[in-house]
Amino acid sequence: MGFLDRVSTVVQAKMNKIMDKIEDPRETLDLSYEKQLQLLQNVKRGVAEVTTSKKRIELQKAKLQASIDKLDSQAKEALAANREDLARKALENKAGLQSQFASMDQQIADLNDQQQKLIAAESRLAAKVESFRTKKETIKAQYSAAEAQVKVTESVTGISEEMADVGMAVQRAEEKTDNMKARSAALDELLESGTLTDFSGDDELGRELAKAKAQSSVDDELAKMKAEMKK
Amino acid sequence: MIIRILGEGQFRLDGKHLEKLNRIDNEIVGHVSKGNKAEFRKDIAKLIAIIKEEGEPLDPVEIVPSDIIIPPGDMSITEAKKIFCGEGLIKG
Repeated sequence: MGFLDRVSTVVQAKMNKIMDKIEDPRETLDLSYEKQLQLLQNVKRGVAEVTTSKKRIELQKAKLQASIDKLDSQAKEALAANREDLARKALENKAGLQSQFASMDQQIADLNDQQQKLIAAESRLAAKVESFRTKKETIKAQYSAAEAQVKVTESVTGISEEMADVGMAVQRAEEKTDNMKARSAALDELLESGTLTDFSGDDELGRELAKAKAQSSVDDELAKMKAEMKK
Repeated sequence: MIIRILGEGQFRLDGKHLEKLNRIDNEIVGHVSKGNKAEFRKDIAKLIAIIKEEGEPLDPVEIVPSDIIIPPGDMSITEAKKIFCGEGLIKG
């Protein structure tokens, strides 16, 4: 069995779950239509979720950039205060952040791709649902229950395939955003725990740097006083 | 014939391309069983490219079942293996 046959089998299994076996074909039409409307809502939610994830990562990227810039200037300050050890520490932290930063562009691009695909899927499904609605009313009005059977099977099968496809696309998008959410939550934790945080506040590097700067200004002042007393 | 690319909708493609698609399909089976990730991705991309270049997107208002269903372009070989194991594209 070829690979594509397997893929079809998988989609067929999904379709069977979507299509209910109902005796009255007209009822089948109405039920299918209800499910289509539900799925449309799901797709809309999926699009919103991907959009939120993308914004979240973009915000996090901006936050990371600010931290990287800060660490950079702290490294310079540390060097100016003759504390190469502190400068090294700041640069090491900066390198850690930069590796995270690089993967974020890829994540944003992936989410953007998902977003575009889901939006297109939503509009395709919406067009099909509308066309199904018209067809459904025609079938109901023009055919007896027995005659309608063939027409119903045809259109319900066709739309169920679309529904299986869109359903899977939403699920794949959800899995991807879940993955990214987990990664970005982990990064948030790192940033908050101070492991990768900016070092201007109450943290160790910030304190050491402040001490070094104070020390060097004390030294400067002492030197100035000594020079004045010699006069 | 009508072909669906999962996640991208349906296309109408001339039947003369069927042999080419079958050939690539057979190669994909080999890549999946050997776990050849790079070749797998390349051939899935090739399938999708043929359909997009040679086929015409179907008007979304048309409601017809597809003759062939192509997996999404970002399918991983791990997902493909699951399909061969009968676990499906997505669980549930």
